[in-house]
Amino acid sequence: MGEFEVHRVRFFGLVPAGVRCMAYQHNGRRLALARTDGAVEVYNFAANYYMEKVSGGRERGGQGWRLFGAGLSGDITEYDLERLRPARAVDGFGGPIWSMAANNDGTRLAIGCEDGSVKLFQVVPGGGVQFEKNLDRQKGRVLCLSWHPSGTHLAAGSIDFIRVLDVHSGRTAQRIMVNCHVPKSKKRECVVWSIAFLSSGTVISSDSFGRVQFWDWERGTLQDSHTVSSSAALSLAVSEKEDSIVVGTSAGATYQFQLLPVKAGGQEKRWVRTKPFQHHTHDVRAVVHTPTALISGGLDAQLVIRPLMEKVQKKGYDAALRKFTLPHRRLVSCARKARLLLFQFSQHLELWRLGSTNKTGKDGETLPLSRMPEHLLQLKSKGPEHIYCSCVSPCGSWIAYSTASRFHLYRVQHEGDSISVKKVPGVPKLLLPAYQLLCASDSGRLFIASDRGSVHVVQLLEPGGCKHLHTLRPPAGTREAVYLLASSADGNWLAAVSGDWEVHVYSLKHFKHHCTVPTYSCAVTALAIHPTTNNLFISYSDQQLFEFSIPEKQYTAWSRAVQNSGLHKLWLERDSPITHIAFNPKNTSQVLLHDVYMLCVLDKSLPLPDDSAVLVNQSTLKQLSEPARRRQLHAFKICKKFQVGSPLLFADLLDERCLVTVERPALDISAQLPPPVQQKKFGT
Amino acid sequence: MAALCEAFTLCGLGPAGGVGLGSGLLALEPGADPDHVLLTDRGRTTTLFKVSDQKPLGCWSVKHGQIITCPVVCNFETHEYIAVHDNKVLRIWKDEDVNLDKVFKATLSAEVYRIHSLPHAEPLVLFKGGGVRTLDVLLEAPQQEIENVISDEVIKWSEAFLESRQPVLIFVTEKDGDFFVYVQKPKMRSLHKYKLEQQELCNPLSFTAYIKKQIITLLCLYSSDSVYKVLIPLQQSSEEEEQTLSKSLLLNLSISGSVLKGTSFVVLDKDHVAVLGSLAASGEESKECLTIWNTKFQTLQASKELPLGTSGQLWCYGEKFFFTHGKVLTVVIYKCETSSLAAAVGKLKDSQTSDLSSFVNWNTLGDEELLVSLQSQQSVALKSESKMTLRSKKSTVANIQPDTSTVGQFLLSIKDASTAAVEDQLRQLLSKAQMPDFQAAIGCIISALINRCKTDPKFYPRNFLVQMIQKGELSYSLCPDLMAVALEKKDVHLLQICLQRFPDIPEEITYACLKVFLSISDDYLERTDVNLESVISYIDIEPNNKEVKTEVVENGFSTELEEDGCDVTGMKETHMMDSVEFCPVGPQKAALLNAVLHSAYSETFLLPHLKDLPAQQAVLFLRYLHYLYVKCSEKINTTLPGILSPTISQIMDWMCLLLDAHFTVMVMLPEAKGLLSSMHRFVRAQVRLYSELNKIEGSLQELQRIKCQKHSQAYSIEVLELI
Repeated sequence: MGEFEVHRVRFFGLVPAGVRCMAYQHNGRRLALARTDGAVEVYNFAANYYMEKVSGGRERGGQGWRLFGAGLSGDITEYDLERLRPARAVDGFGGPIWSMAANNDGTRLAIGCEDGSVKLFQVVPGGGVQFEKNLDRQKGRVLCLSWHPSGTHLAAGSIDFIRVLDVHSGRTAQRIMVNCHVPKSKKRECVVWSIAFLSSGTVISSDSFGRVQFWDWERGTLQDSHTVSSSAALSLAVSEKEDSIVVGTSAGATYQFQLLPVKAGGQEKRWVRTKPFQHHTHDVRAVVHTPTALISGGLDAQLVIRPLMEKVQKKGYDAALRKFTLPHRRLVSCARKARLLLFQFSQHLELWRLGSTNKTGKDGETLPLSRMPEHLLQLKSKGPEHIYCSCVSPCGSWIAYSTASRFHLYRVQHEGDSISVKKVPGVPKLLLPAYQLLCASDSGRLFIASDRGSVHVVQLLEPGGCKHLHTLRPPAGTREAVYLLASSADGNWLAAVSGDWEVHVYSLKHFKHHCTVPTYSCAVTALAIHPTTNNLFISYSDQQLFEFSIPEKQYTAWSRAVQNSGLHKLWLERDSPITHIAFNPKNTSQVLLHDVYMLCVLDKSLPLPDDSAVLVNQSTLKQLSEPARRRQLHAFKICKKFQVGSPLLFADLLDERCLVTVERPALDISAQLPPPVQQKKFGT
Repeated sequence: MAALCEAFTLCGLGPAGGVGLGSGLLALEPGADPDHVLLTDRGRTTTLFKVSDQKPLGCWSVKHGQIITCPVVCNFETHEYIAVHDNKVLRIWKDEDVNLDKVFKATLSAEVYRIHSLPHAEPLVLFKGGGVRTLDVLLEAPQQEIENVISDEVIKWSEAFLESRQPVLIFVTEKDGDFFVYVQKPKMRSLHKYKLEQQELCNPLSFTAYIKKQIITLLCLYSSDSVYKVLIPLQQSSEEEEQTLSKSLLLNLSISGSVLKGTSFVVLDKDHVAVLGSLAASGEESKECLTIWNTKFQTLQASKELPLGTSGQLWCYGEKFFFTHGKVLTVVIYKCETSSLAAAVGKLKDSQTSDLSSFVNWNTLGDEELLVSLQSQQSVALKSESKMTLRSKKSTVANIQPDTSTVGQFLLSIKDASTAAVEDQLRQLLSKAQMPDFQAAIGCIISALINRCKTDPKFYPRNFLVQMIQKGELSYSLCPDLMAVALEKKDVHLLQICLQRFPDIPEEITYACLKVFLSISDDYLERTDVNLESVISYIDIEPNNKEVKTEVVENGFSTELEEDGCDVTGMKETHMMDSVEFCPVGPQKAALLNAVLHSAYSETFLLPHLKDLPAQQAVLFLRYLHYLYVKCSEKINTTLPGILSPTISQIMDWMCLLLDAHFTVMVMLPEAKGLLSSMHRFVRAQVRLYSELNKIEGSLQELQRIKCQKHSQAYSIEVLELI
């Protein structure tokens, strides 16, 4: 097929923030995850664990599929999951909020505050929360809270003691000192990091001594104690059936405990430590126990989903260990013509110019550089808000980014080697936030994805101005925001995907809705419009690929052929979603796809591989003779070369012979993390 | 996992029940049939029961005024019953006898303690004075004098075994709180007396014993609620006076706070004991119960409460417990499987309760059931398949129709059809291209065929077996008897294929194959059909073609240069004989040995077997290994040409193993001397070469490191070719 000149970029210094807390919603099979920098992410387990939504916020607590957060600012915030932003905030009046828990039916919310008070809030059905009452206050911050499943009592963990509060009277019903078994001489502060209240009346606590303890709350007695770690046991989660718990420790290990009968068939049961896992290098700050998996999130920014094999009935996507470190979202945008890369960090942007070479070489060779890559620009965002999305125009002269409340547009002037940047004044006051930004291929227009399915079209004017042209809206209307955009090279078409996974195609000539792609029950992970044929290429989170002809308003023949014969088994079993699609401008049949682990050039003119064929066959093909090679060729040309130890964040075709890849070596990430808890290893 | 199953009443024991007449049971002994038991009460009566029918088959009583003093036993050889009444009067009768007054009677000179009946042996009579006689000896002269072995000790318990066709009798006596163990071998006229280690504050309540590998394991239930184990070796050379036997704790009968006060117990298998006793929890009333304990994991495996109380006696014959429960004799069936950790903690899934039969135990299935299960599996497979297809490929599985009926029918026909018919059907079966569960079905067919082979010596469908092994992905465990039959028939070709194909051959069988291969003469092998693929490219098949002689220069080091002091000129001649240029075995034998070299093994398990290899064969094998080693080293890549030829590491491993197993023999054997010295010289040359290579490797490694460092750049432009 040919040789590519690959620009391997490893200088994108992204360090994903650690996981701070998680909330799992059983009915919707969604996981909300808050990071230490305040970002909130939502993963949809039904759609192959696709990261659906991202928002900038603070701390956790979720129920009834309404997501609440609370943090050290002392506010309780409800997140608007359709518009992906904090909706309402109520002050808790108790200083920093350390913990929050919702009761089983989702009508009440309890918060634990710095001043030692536990406050109850009523969840108002329309939205927001209303203060209900204060429960008994005692000195010492309330670090963790758990409702009894019946909703009558609350267990609260503080430093050195646990309290059980009667919700009705607001009195402390029991106070348990967790530290009384430790000899006086060794006495130090024991922090109860996490607590769980079972319907049987057992309170489970995990503390900074690395113990997991089981208490009888009515008698206040210790039933069982397991020391799982020499460092702290930070997090704890109970399965819905209350027969299994998962504990995360600061040494990066997670342990499963199970309630097992002492003898077969007997009635007497005990908690037994059954499975240890070591998937993290740092603190495991949050754990979740779903019916089929243990989920842990740590300060090393990893989200690990470890299936419980005895609960998984058949081999499927759920049966494999999954690890997520990097977001399923594009953080890099590329100016193809100008050969610039724009990197998006949470608080700033970086603009780089790629290097170049004037030599050619054979496969596998590294070419000498005639010009080094250059860091052109760093744009810092003002205020505490995170940058939500950003883009650079193909010509490289416009940079746009948006935070939760503000949209910024910059004009970049290149004069020889020097560069100047100027903020464009008079940016139209649009409905914000923007969820995705896209520049038309002629750099003349900017598309801003917004909430309720709308897309704003803004004209970019020389030498540095802009004008709001039109706002495109889906005909039926939707409550979900648009999160992906694709425009055609000729400037006639725009495709937009909203949170309900509907793909709408608009005609930009007439600013009207053209058609809707037939709905498919999975999240769209990437889409792009072919520059010459105007076919819309869509990839879904279940790894399916579709090609939809916009002019004919139907799936193309190739797409039907793919659906008829099915994709290769290994392709469907891949771990991470396709996050970017690009086309070869000179060869209409070639499509570039990439996920975290591989780069694939799809040649639609070649036959599709069947399940018996080897999917990743590049290295074998290279050893074959020409005629033998021809027999083995298939459409998927997968390159895993750039993945070894360094996840692929972005790949794009600059021109027909030039590729750019942005990698983030895992070693570089771990080098920037704080040192983990010192563990004595034998012989060191 | 041991479990107590159903319980039923064998008979009532009250005056109304007719048995025992309220005075209790003396003992229960097995009858001639496995389903029969002989019940002796503490009065005048003995009753024979058929257990499965719960009914008595016969009942015999002695006259009023007489009393049966020791349990009635059945002589398994003659199917006669033997009873002793009034301590000294022996009665022997058969099933058809009705009146005990009229049967054979012998009055003995001493009082009998017990009679032990053993299968395939003459019954043993143990007298209260400790003397033992076999029944036939005793009947020759009933009034013969019986010696007094024990002075004023009292026999508490006795048991008899058969060890290598020799009856062994063990009994325990007591005197003033001291317990003694006597082991008697009446045929050998040997008697050993041991003293049981004393324990403070508690004494043994009940005993049981079993024999294994010349060692009697005596288990004692102590009043301290523990079971102790005492090992008594049978082969005792020194006639020392009264050795003291030390005991070790086997099991503590306590369950989470409550203690089981055992009264009697039996051994079920090597890991399980059953204890009858009363369970006393602190503060609660004690309950009598029957329990099964796992001694390996110290766990209680099953228990059954007996609220009506027992007499404290427990017998166990043929997977059934017998004990009195209230006023009836109760039988409880139990099952006791091999213990595993999973079973002990209760995590093993019960095979009977699992509804989805994802695994079929072919051994337990009858042929008719197989047919059903094959079909059900098929449907399950289809169901799960349809569930899996989301939007992916429409699979073509549905087109394959199960053809299970033919397999099932065929399995039935293997048992009796003629050889020709079976082969004909086999051929038909194989011609069917796509069979569902082909592997499992083949496993079934092969075991059926092998069973037929074992019963019918003329039946041996060799071609089919060869074809099967080559076709199906069989393993040793799928048809464990196949190789045993092939070994018996010396079918070397089949063995060769098995060794090449099976991944899981036990070391014992591997060794057996090796021994057979080495012992068969080359002339015989020349006439047999052996696959020569593995040797054809390095052994000259033509035996006469000896003129082609090439100078052997091993990796550049000629062995001839390595002469030094230890090489005496006198050995020159043998050295010539041990020349490694010619293969010491014929090509057929070489091919077979290669197959052995190829099979997987574990040293620990193979070594003990290898030690049994006769010295001559060991030398021959070593000579062949040496030949292969030299051949390997001729090439720079140290591999032998050809398909399935042994690799250098396999050769080396076997060589080391063989030398380990036979080192002393090799050193002593004159004919091995030349071989060993020639090997030594060759190995030394190789070691020198490799030490040189080691040095070069060290410097090259440095280069590699420099190359690696280049990789961690933040930016590079590389060329990628996609085809």
